[in-house]
Amino acid sequence: MAKESKEVGSSKFSYQKFFVYLFLISGSLISLFPFYYMFVMATRLNREINQVPPPFAPGANLVENFQKVLSSIDFFGAMWNSFIVASSVTVGTLFLCSLAGYTFAKLDFKGKNILFALILVTMMVPPQLGLIPQYYIITALGWLNDFRAIIVPGLINAFGIFWMRQYISSSVPDEIIEAARIDGCSHFRIYWNISVPMILPAFATLGIIVFMHVWNDFLWPLVVLRDPTMHTLQVALRALNDARQMDYGMIMSGTFWATVPLIIVFLLFNRLFIQSLSEGAVKS
Amino acid sequence: METTTKARGLSEKKKTALSAYLFISPFFILFAIFGLFPMVFSFYLSFFRWDGLSPMTYIGVRNFELIFTDPVFFSSILNTFIIGLMGTLPQIFIGILLAFALNSTLIRYRNTFRTFVFLPYITSIVAVAIIFGVVFNNQPFGFANYILSTFDIGPIRWNAEYWPVKFAIATMVFWRWVGYNTIIFLAGMQSIPKELYEAAKIDGATVGQQIRLITLPMLKPIVMFVVFTATIGSFQLFTEPLIFLGRGLREEGITMVAYLWRDAFVYNSFGTASAAAIVLFFIIIAITAINLLITNRLGRSKKIG
Repeated sequence: MAKESKEVGSSKFSYQKFFVYLFLISGSLISLFPFYYMFVMATRLNREINQVPPPFAPGANLVENFQKVLSSIDFFGAMWNSFIVASSVTVGTLFLCSLAGYTFAKLDFKGKNILFALILVTMMVPPQLGLIPQYYIITALGWLNDFRAIIVPGLINAFGIFWMRQYISSSVPDEIIEAARIDGCSHFRIYWNISVPMILPAFATLGIIVFMHVWNDFLWPLVVLRDPTMHTLQVALRALNDARQMDYGMIMSGTFWATVPLIIVFLLFNRLFIQSLSEGAVKS
Repeated sequence: METTTKARGLSEKKKTALSAYLFISPFFILFAIFGLFPMVFSFYLSFFRWDGLSPMTYIGVRNFELIFTDPVFFSSILNTFIIGLMGTLPQIFIGILLAFALNSTLIRYRNTFRTFVFLPYITSIVAVAIIFGVVFNNQPFGFANYILSTFDIGPIRWNAEYWPVKFAIATMVFWRWVGYNTIIFLAGMQSIPKELYEAAKIDGATVGQQIRLITLPMLKPIVMFVVFTATIGSFQLFTEPLIFLGRGLREEGITMVAYLWRDAFVYNSFGTASAAAIVLFFIIIAITAINLLITNRLGRSKKIG
């Protein structure tokens, strides 16, 4: 590596190097600036933000703005709701997708290929198309303002089944399954006691994708969680933003504190995150 | 577990099949209830007048007449296409360039740059729309207007004028997704064998030629994938216009999903909303077909060439 960089670092290529750096640094700045700007406004009073020129350096009202957030929405309640919903969907999805993925990867049964193709076809349909009847079903079930309205439909994950099938067929050897079968193990036990421990890395990957997706989801929670005490973080943020009196310091404070936990988790597991999300895309 | 005990008398093959059907049944049951049935029911509902509470009344194709005589409906279709293109095309172009820069052997701190570029994707769309809502504020203190004022350009009413609305929303889409696509392009580029580049360098190929003759052709499947997902994503555009424009959803920025959401959950007109969903459904099918056709065509020409 060191040898290589010496080679290409020779004077002949240095202007290229300069442009590559320039491009990456400006790209990074464009990525980071909105975060910084959000922080600046989260520390400023509304009247400071309304001045021309607007402030570009942090102010002194970080705590005060967040207190205003707490008095207008149940911020921590909403965060807890988001956490409950996202965790439940993640755990449920990991279980159902790995079980179905195991079935498609390792068991033989009639109609296997057709059923698998059917699952793939369902991936092409955008969920918004059935939005109104879905709302109707949720109302009929009495699940309005109930987390089940998000958790149960959230368990449908065709991509997850596909992903788990790919992973399991390459990482769980057939011989082990056959041996366990001869010893009289049921299929579920082979899945639960033998296969699951072997596919934990795939759980981490799919888990990150699903959790982030549910945490950031907006349209469906907006439709089915009307009661403010049931709001997830995204719906609560929207309520904050919709208030008559636009207090940008307060709105930005809420947005800032809603974003920070995710950024911290991301920075801690940055490699796993990026690898998971890009793998998930490239494989499909 | 129960099935296996019940099925003790059955042959091994039958037992396996029974367990298999049991293991995959949750997906099909849930999809039937929350996926398939709603879609079919959307068709049914589009022929009825319904406010969500009182009984439905059959009104034939009246809902379709209503939306097709509503200029806002056509605006929503057009807006979806325009914002989709404005948000997606630069994303793919810049994404490939960024990925190429990140893949370059010339640089250090690659992981740091990668993390920075990827960070916007972690942020929720609601947060992105709120932040950019202040950046694109109508008042002179808004960030974009302030920058423009230093060039002596007067304040733009970002959320009320035809092109500024689209530019603002497309910027949100671009900012959140460009890093994600960069990482996907990068993953694709890293799977291209290094020998190809080395051979090209020996033959005296410039960087431009390397991109054009090696990287892009090898990256074609990934680009197809990104275009495909970005297209589907464009048709689902909802959160940005709703947060940026409020529930009034001005005609300049309303998208198709926003239109059907507003009809249903603001105006309580579930019939016209379903009719709009049906139209959206056919547009998506048409676009998907065109996408597949182009993908096939390109795939074939590659084989011949």
